[in-house]
Amino acid sequence: MPLIDLRGVSCPTNFVKAKLALEELDNGTTVQILLDDGETVKNVPRSLKADGHRLIGLKQTAEGHYILELEKVEE
Amino acid sequence: MSNAKQTRLDLNNLKAGGFIKERGKDLFTVRLRVPGGRLSVPRLKKIAEVAEKFGGEFVHLSVRQSIELININLKDFDAVVEALGEKQQKVASCGARVRVPVACGGCEYNPNGLVDTQKSALEVDAQLFGTPTGHHKFKVAFAGCPFDCPKSSTNDVGFSGAIEPELDKTACINCGLCAKSCVPKAIVMGQDNLPLLTAAACIWCGDCVKVCPTEAWRVKKQGYTVRIGGKWGRNPLVGTLFATFLPEGQVVAFIASVLAWYQQKAEGLGRIRLGDTIIKEGPQALLDHLRARFPENTVSETMAPQIIATQVGMSSKREIAHAVN
Repeated sequence: MPLIDLRGVSCPTNFVKAKLALEELDNGTTVQILLDDGETVKNVPRSLKADGHRLIGLKQTAEGHYILELEKVEE
Repeated sequence: MSNAKQTRLDLNNLKAGGFIKERGKDLFTVRLRVPGGRLSVPRLKKIAEVAEKFGGEFVHLSVRQSIELININLKDFDAVVEALGEKQQKVASCGARVRVPVACGGCEYNPNGLVDTQKSALEVDAQLFGTPTGHHKFKVAFAGCPFDCPKSSTNDVGFSGAIEPELDKTACINCGLCAKSCVPKAIVMGQDNLPLLTAAACIWCGDCVKVCPTEAWRVKKQGYTVRIGGKWGRNPLVGTLFATFLPEGQVVAFIASVLAWYQQKAEGLGRIRLGDTIIKEGPQALLDHLRARFPENTVSETMAPQIIATQVGMSSKREIAHAVN
């Protein structure tokens, strides 16, 4: 599964980076995106969802960051 | 003075107010009406043209979102009104009237907006702007969410957008983002790893709905939280809660109802603001008046507008008497 690591990247650069990374993938691909806690995890998942992608899961790791699992949906 | 030199003015242009005397001889500020602070680009260009032709070197943005043309000569009033095109750009009001409503950007492009504040501001402007109160100014403001950037509760009637959330448990992926995002801690994660809402603690900000990645949190009810009796100035008051989830379509009728009560109760009291009238009459009187018309949205009880201590000057005759002695 492709992995997009956005830890340490702040808003809105993290969202833009995620968009660009998703553009490289085939429609229907499931990816994991690593997101920092705080504003990032509050904003990035809903912005990606607003772009039409399907959110599958979101879990916090023991280290504190989040793993967002998402299916790329091309409109 | 010969007839040729005599200044001719259409006094009807002055009726709504908005022409404010400046320091210099014959100079006036012309306050333009910009409800909700939204201005189309062509209109902005038109205003700039008029300002360049008749005004000074700058315009001023008023604290209530109006554009003010500065240094307009009395003899140019009619030409300014004509050049602005009365249909597109009416001058604003001053004095004891319903003022131009203030609003935030609202929900169209601001992701925080819960209601269409711009639409509400336009409706109020179209139907109530300039209505004489008989007593004092009357200000209305619309905030799209409880963050309340326009400081709605410091207005005579202040509206802030609100939503009541509800959870579709089947759509929840147990991520906990709602609980994490909930500033008043009204949502906590329960034993079953599902979010648990304490309704009484909720401020209806909608953060849970906005943050939810799967739309498990949905809008159950939507409308305005309404606070009445606020004002700023020398003796500030913060308005108190009179209605919840007022539908957007009832905003004009609601304000008109408050205005009718104010006009009647302030009779004989001179230049008095709504908030001070409520303090004098007691909030229950206004609450009962509103409940008769808006039974579903009026709250069961409230309190008088809250006095803000400015810490400068003396607020009562007793204090002054004490200082004199």
